[in-house]
Amino acid sequence: MADISQTAPWREMGLRDSEYELIKARLGREPNYTELGMFAVLWSEHCAYKHSKRLLRTLPTKGPGVLVGPGENAGVVDIGDNLACAFKIESHNHPSAVEPYQGAATGIGGIVRDILAMGARPVVLLDSLRFGPPDDPKTRFLFGGVVSGIAGYGNCLGIPTVGGEVFFAKPYAGNPLVNVLCGGIMKHEDLHRGGAYGVGNVVMVVGHSTGRDGIHGCTFASDVLDEDSESKRSNVQVGDPFMEKLLIEACLEMMACGAVVGIQDMGAAGLTSSCAETAARAGTGLVIDVGKVPMREEGMNAYEVMLSESQERMLLIVGSDKVDEVKRIGAKWGLHAAEIGRVTDSGNLEVLHNGNLEASIPVSLLAMGAPEYTPGAREPEYLRKTRELKDESVRTPEFSEMKEILLELLASPNIASKEPVFRQYDYMVRTDTVEGPGRGAAVVRVKGTKKGLVFTTDCNGRLIYLSPKSGAAWAVTEAALNVAVTGAKPLAITNCLNFGSPENPEVFWQLKEAVRGMGEACQALETPVTGGNVSLYNESDGVAIYPTPIIGMLGLLEDIEKRITPGFKSAGDLVAVLGKVWGDVRSLSGSEYLEVVHGMVAGDPREPDLELARGIIEVLNEGAREGVFSSAQDLSEGGLLVALAESCIHGEGGARGCVMSPKALGCGGREGIRADAMLFGESNTAVLVSFPANCEEQVSHICRRQNVPLSVIGRVQSSALAVETCGGLRVLEVPAEEIAQAYSRGLEDSLKS
Amino acid sequence: MKFGVVVFPGSNCDSDAYHVLKDVIGVDCEYVWHETRDLSDFQALVLPGGFSYGDYLRCGALARFSPVMDSVYRFVDEGKLVIGICNGFQILLEAGLLPGAMLPNNVLEFRCQWVDLKVENTKTPFTCLYEPGEVIRVPIAHHEGNYYAEPDVLDELERAGRVVLRYVDASGNPTLEANPNGAARNIAGITNEKGNVLGLMPHPERCSESILGGRDGRRIFLSMIKSLETGASLSF
Repeated sequence: MADISQTAPWREMGLRDSEYELIKARLGREPNYTELGMFAVLWSEHCAYKHSKRLLRTLPTKGPGVLVGPGENAGVVDIGDNLACAFKIESHNHPSAVEPYQGAATGIGGIVRDILAMGARPVVLLDSLRFGPPDDPKTRFLFGGVVSGIAGYGNCLGIPTVGGEVFFAKPYAGNPLVNVLCGGIMKHEDLHRGGAYGVGNVVMVVGHSTGRDGIHGCTFASDVLDEDSESKRSNVQVGDPFMEKLLIEACLEMMACGAVVGIQDMGAAGLTSSCAETAARAGTGLVIDVGKVPMREEGMNAYEVMLSESQERMLLIVGSDKVDEVKRIGAKWGLHAAEIGRVTDSGNLEVLHNGNLEASIPVSLLAMGAPEYTPGAREPEYLRKTRELKDESVRTPEFSEMKEILLELLASPNIASKEPVFRQYDYMVRTDTVEGPGRGAAVVRVKGTKKGLVFTTDCNGRLIYLSPKSGAAWAVTEAALNVAVTGAKPLAITNCLNFGSPENPEVFWQLKEAVRGMGEACQALETPVTGGNVSLYNESDGVAIYPTPIIGMLGLLEDIEKRITPGFKSAGDLVAVLGKVWGDVRSLSGSEYLEVVHGMVAGDPREPDLELARGIIEVLNEGAREGVFSSAQDLSEGGLLVALAESCIHGEGGARGCVMSPKALGCGGREGIRADAMLFGESNTAVLVSFPANCEEQVSHICRRQNVPLSVIGRVQSSALAVETCGGLRVLEVPAEEIAQAYSRGLEDSLKS
Repeated sequence: MKFGVVVFPGSNCDSDAYHVLKDVIGVDCEYVWHETRDLSDFQALVLPGGFSYGDYLRCGALARFSPVMDSVYRFVDEGKLVIGICNGFQILLEAGLLPGAMLPNNVLEFRCQWVDLKVENTKTPFTCLYEPGEVIRVPIAHHEGNYYAEPDVLDELERAGRVVLRYVDASGNPTLEANPNGAARNIAGITNEKGNVLGLMPHPERCSESILGGRDGRRIFLSMIKSLETGASLSF
């Protein structure tokens, strides 16, 4: 091979000149080509978090229930009864942009193996998806591919896809987001770690054979998308869900028999990262012989084997007396289980091939030696314009237009039913799904206990675009309220920070501010960050996505029979708002209403009232325990009127309507109150509840104790949603069927038109 | 009385069927690894849903070659009960234990949803606890549930009362809209000639507890138990 310093191959591998110099200095010599490739993948933004690490350290990560925080394959939270939940969210954006089916499929595979690596059985999946406008043919191609990729891979695994979100907006047109959350359950004693402990222990590769697919996948994931990206389709891995299913069962069996000292997924950067990270965590070294790795292609060299991102493989550290047991279980499931090396005390990752030493690198340098960057941050120029949102810049519609607006919002693809998506996912397998997709947060029971786990993913990128700090705080608050309306207590979050290029000071400012807002909200709501993932360089043709820090939240229901559901239950029940509805033009900032009806993405969203949110969560938890609430629904896109409509849509027979007046929310009295903002405003720290009239005293007692305003705004009725003005004038009446129809057909119609 | 739940590589509703039989209903039940050849302990077998062998080649096409299947043929000959749910139904078709074949859903997509089913024949060991003509709600979750057979085969199935479950609307009519996958004559479940093998696409194990939204499926398993207790299955 030619002299490396002449041809500068690191540039093509994504390393900067300065990073190459650093490697040379720390190594005390020039790396060879294989070593350079190993550095390039592990020092990629995707693996090394070079631009985000300093910010991530500011997030709260500790809490009484957190058993494992960031740094391992997934966070683990105590859920009582000697059980724990491992959960994490991860992105697979770039692969999905060029090869949507396989990109999404392998995204599921990767996060499932992370949960498995903690010793948990994966039990739920949620997908948080972002696409361009549905009328764009490219969106339809990407959307179709991603959804069928999720279905094709996830359904085969027997892990129910219980929730998630889909959001359409122009900035995602060239760079869709595919974030997948997986949750798993384990007994405390089954917790495993990704550490190569015990000098002399055996390193094994279990699962699929290794091929040339996905080489430099994570380097690709750490660059912006441009016209060349299409040519990087070969960087995308190909998934085999059947193999993954066998791998899950085999690894759980191997762990159950006590054979596994350490276990790690081989995802991004494959063998290189799993070896370096397990050894770095344990403070040991590894010597491996790549010739012993089961291969599916002939003539692969050390470079290719070390960098391959072939899917469905796990690295196991096994006690030498247990190797045969692991091989036996592998054979039972028809999987490779090959010894490839041993744990050493050298502190180096030594790679042999055909008896030659192909690489020898200190694991600490490889796994933790990448530089950290704090690039310049500058408040984006656009904010000066978008912040201007005056009363007079938004025309207040006549009451006669409100019905049309409501139906338009319900049919808007961001609000409309996502059934055309989730009916393609098996969300019932495992027979634990108590509240599946399309009804707010997902609720799954934990067999053998009275408990329920509650999962949600949330993030309104439009709000974060308009105010990264308050928008990110909203994402956390909305997730917490989403969990709490089921009656559950929010426990912890995992996050996936999807942003543009951090080398753009305006993008880095967004990232910095968003992390600040997220940290404050997590602190106030006592929901620590247990792990997650950062995906930067989400740009295509120079356009960055909306900054999108997706929040995945876990909540716990102590008694699943006492859960609260979103639909109205019986006519005559009182309908009330817990919290505060602003009703002014500022609350229209970044709202779906403003974009759909007025074609504007503008405003300066208020920060959530975190103290109030805490109180609301307490009220919901206490109310659930006492069984006072008939229904609860959070206020998000579309505001109060859409929340009411959704409670009607999910309502039980004879309770599919309601009549409401905003009088109790204080309409006449305050300055700047507008009907459209009252009905469709967002960024309100509030939820909608209903309860039997004879529970009113009890509910208001709980609210007083928690200092939460309670406003009774109406009553449940049989079959129409009606709105009256403060003066008692009926200005709107929509039959339940019209509401249901707009909501159920919206997405399909928008994809067809 | 003991039930066996066969586990093929890629089965993923095995633990669901096991849970309903063992924990919900309380009947003796064991997993049966697909390499097992001795089924003499069991009076009834469940071929569960999932993606046996990844559904590669064709759904169920590889599973039929699993060692356990040789014994399943004998098990059926002996008049014992076999229920194939979803992928299990597909395997029974591929194995020739039931007539016909599965095509991809006519919507060309996977479908996971609740459907209404009419119990067309209550004189089978799988349905004896339902009312004649009863409409029940059961979930489906499949990509290949579009049942196909030649017209004369369909006629024979109908004539002999072997169409046990049919997709219908809420009032019991087998309409086009009520058919989620394009199955011939809205067929959701059929038996073999002898009546001791049932294949069905819907998942009764997913609706055997009220917390999951309904328990209409439970009586399929209870019917099997009752038939085994009374020896009814042997009278076919």
